[in-house]
Amino acid sequence: MTPHYTPVAKTLHWLMAVLLFGLLALGFTMTDLPLSPQKLQLYSWHKWAGVTVFLLVLFRLAWRATHRPPPLPDHLPKMMRFAAHAGHALLYLLMLAIPLSGWLMSSAKGFQTVWFGVLPIPDLLDKDKELGDLLQTVHLSLNLLFVAVIVGHIGAALKHHFIDRDDVLTRMLPTRNLES
Amino acid sequence: MKPTFLALTLAATLPWSAYAAEYRQIQADQSAITFVYQQMGVAMEGKFRRFTAQLQFDPERLESAQATVEVDLASIDTGSADGDQEVAGKTWFDTSAFPTARFVASRVKALGDHRYEATGQLTIKGKTQDIVVPATFAAQGQSGVFDGRFTLRRADFAIGQGPWAAFDVVANDVQIQFRLTARTGE
Repeated sequence: MTPHYTPVAKTLHWLMAVLLFGLLALGFTMTDLPLSPQKLQLYSWHKWAGVTVFLLVLFRLAWRATHRPPPLPDHLPKMMRFAAHAGHALLYLLMLAIPLSGWLMSSAKGFQTVWFGVLPIPDLLDKDKELGDLLQTVHLSLNLLFVAVIVGHIGAALKHHFIDRDDVLTRMLPTRNLES
Repeated sequence: MKPTFLALTLAATLPWSAYAAEYRQIQADQSAITFVYQQMGVAMEGKFRRFTAQLQFDPERLESAQATVEVDLASIDTGSADGDQEVAGKTWFDTSAFPTARFVASRVKALGDHRYEATGQLTIKGKTQDIVVPATFAAQGQSGVFDGRFTLRRADFAIGQGPWAAFDVVANDVQIQFRLTARTGE
């Protein structure tokens, strides 16, 4: 019996996968829309979801720190192990840095983030157009990098499943837990 | 005779007090008209960069007080370039047809403790409403500062029509805040 991820880790992984795909799709489409009530609504939803994901990442990191994930398969060469760990570290780093950059960008642009329209997140920065534009570039660049790392993440999972034929992909699938 | 005495006294004192304490000239660099509104439940701030005011205000002679404030609507700063462009359009201010918002005070009442209330008409986008504007007035030598705020409902002036007419994204209430610094005229 190979070890698998805990149900909590699996739930967080797939819940965040859905949320992050939604956030990315929303983020890349809403910015090109002409100004309309819908656009303002979409921006708010994007920000609310971003804050939610940030909190989920904090919880996920705490969970991971206290629940050891299953080890990588023995057949992996050293370089691949390093790449796997670095990739995961980068994913976590970006999942923290992207919402932070979005929040700071909103502050600098003078649009406070109010979670679900109820809980105001304090503005750390004063309104500053140039800083806002700079943070917009940072937010966009981090997201482009994030998309690239996600593509790598999915590609690696598929390689493990179809080429290496190990359980790296299946041990994260929701069904796996039911058997063990 | 008593009425004659009173008239004489008035005649002797009025020109002095009126002249010395009548505030007329608005100091643009020490004045501001800003507004606060709710967008998706988030308070947003904006301002108007250009406005003019004709003023005659003497705290001792409120019955002859006059005020006309005109705001150049195209000078709006909503907080984003997108927003500035949008509100100039037909569904918002329609600034090409209605470039100016105008408030004309018809009556000023003292409420005591440096507080006043100006009753008048506010005209935006061809729509006129009677409003009451409360303000404090603090005189410091040659200049005096009016500070006040009031709330208008944008729907009363057809500001934000069509897709913007619902209040779920941009609220109906808009709070206008002003600080007008005036000097005594020469």
